[in-house]
Amino acid sequence: MTDLKKDYQKILASVQKPVIGEAGKTGTWSRLKPVIDLEKCIPAKSGKFSCFNCWLYCPETVVSREIPPKINLEYCKGCGICMEECPVKAISMEEVKYE
Amino acid sequence: MVNVLDIVEDEYIHPGTRMCAGCAMALIYRFALKALGPKTILTVPASCLTVLHGMQGFCTTKLSVLHTPFATTGAAASGIVSSLEEKGLADEICVVAFAGDGGTTDIGIQALSGAAERGTNFIYACYDNEAYMNTGVQRSGSTPLGAFTATTPGGKTRPKKNMPKILEAHGIPYVATANGSYIFDLYEKFQKARDIKGTKYIHILSACPPGWGYDPKDTIKIGRLATETGFWPLYEVFNGKFILSKPSKKHLDASNRKPIEEYLIAQKRFKDIKQQDIDNYNSFIEAQWNEIKRRLENQ
Ligand SMILES: Cc1ncc(C[n+]2csc(CCOP(=O)(O)OP(=O)(O)O)c2C)c(N)n1
Ligand code: SF4
Ligand code: SF4
Ligand code: SF4
Ligand SMILES: [Mg+2]
Repeated sequence: MTDLKKDYQKILASVQKPVIGEAGKTGTWSRLKPVIDLEKCIPAKSGKFSCFNCWLYCPETVVSREIPPKINLEYCKGCGICMEECPVKAISMEEVKYE
Repeated sequence: MVNVLDIVEDEYIHPGTRMCAGCAMALIYRFALKALGPKTILTVPASCLTVLHGMQGFCTTKLSVLHTPFATTGAAASGIVSSLEEKGLADEICVVAFAGDGGTTDIGIQALSGAAERGTNFIYACYDNEAYMNTGVQRSGSTPLGAFTATTPGGKTRPKKNMPKILEAHGIPYVATANGSYIFDLYEKFQKARDIKGTKYIHILSACPPGWGYDPKDTIKIGRLATETGFWPLYEVFNGKFILSKPSKKHLDASNRKPIEEYLIAQKRFKDIKQQDIDNYNSFIEAQWNEIKRRLENQ
């Protein structure tokens, strides 16, 4: 006889498992990806923790708040919001190969 | 106002969700959860936000979420609050209902009104993308005048329901409007609501690229225009006191408001809008700001 209570606990544990890429590699959704020009990027140029609009406005949580900001292209959907919201136009959307 | 480095760095949503590219709701949820922190239990009715959490077996968010049938959000939240009170955890854990505009202004209004009337100690957040997006853009009570949806092929003939006002009429301690394009303002409002006892209501305008008809890269700009034109003012009503939020302060002066056409023509859902509707928008905006001025002067 199956132990219903145990089975239920097992199901609960699996239902609640948070994972990266629940919808798969969402980086495949778009051909164009953001590329940051570090000669223009404010924190990269000044070495100071400032701006980070690309981190702030990314709906997909794939930009890091570090110097320089890094973008996880495996999951970036290529929406282009970071490009639009960069105050110094340091981001352009390009066809890039990534692992 | 908080700045970019004041915001919690921890993320509560993993990358790789099912949300469309450029979805403002995903951004709003991201910062709402950051402001609320780990001691939060959520409840969510059927909506795009349900889909964000993922399919059975796996999920995207690191917090506990109770998925609830469409009409029951307010009741589900009250149930969670009661059980926490029973366990003596009510002061420690914040209960938050997060629902779409269809689930709030139409289908869930009864349960929400009941919870507000009971004074249930929770936050109810409505992300308003102005239609039933998850099922293919049908009109809701929150769809604005003149907007094309699958069920308003000639443009909606009725204006948007004013949900924050309806909640205000319940006499709850906190009602606020917000907008996915003003992250710092949104973040502060969730932080503030977390520390207030009683029912808190936050209504957030949430731009939606496929439903509104614009390029995903323009999500922040489009959302900003809703506030810059004076159509979607940001404010709080805290214990009866009306407070105009910082991004909206300059729009008290009509000359600082952008023309409503700038907002409308940027979206395909308004492509057949009639001059009469534009006139209606302008008189609505004027009346809305006259009321705001009156409220600020008479308190
Ligand atoms: C009782 C019931 N009726 C209809 C549906 C189908 N349904 C699922 S999500 C949805 C749209 C919800 O719209 P809204 O609350 O505005 O959230 P959005 O999808 O726009 O994020 C509908 C109609 C359902 N799940 N349950
Ligand atoms: S928004 Fe632009 S300038 Fe600011 S951190 Fe990102 S890339 Fe650098
Ligand atoms: S393109 Fe969109 S998803 Fe990708 S990093 Fe920029 S904002 Fe994030
Ligand atoms: S339909 Fe709109 S609200 Fe729903 S996931 Fe897509 S962009 Fe977000
Ligand atoms: Mg909706």
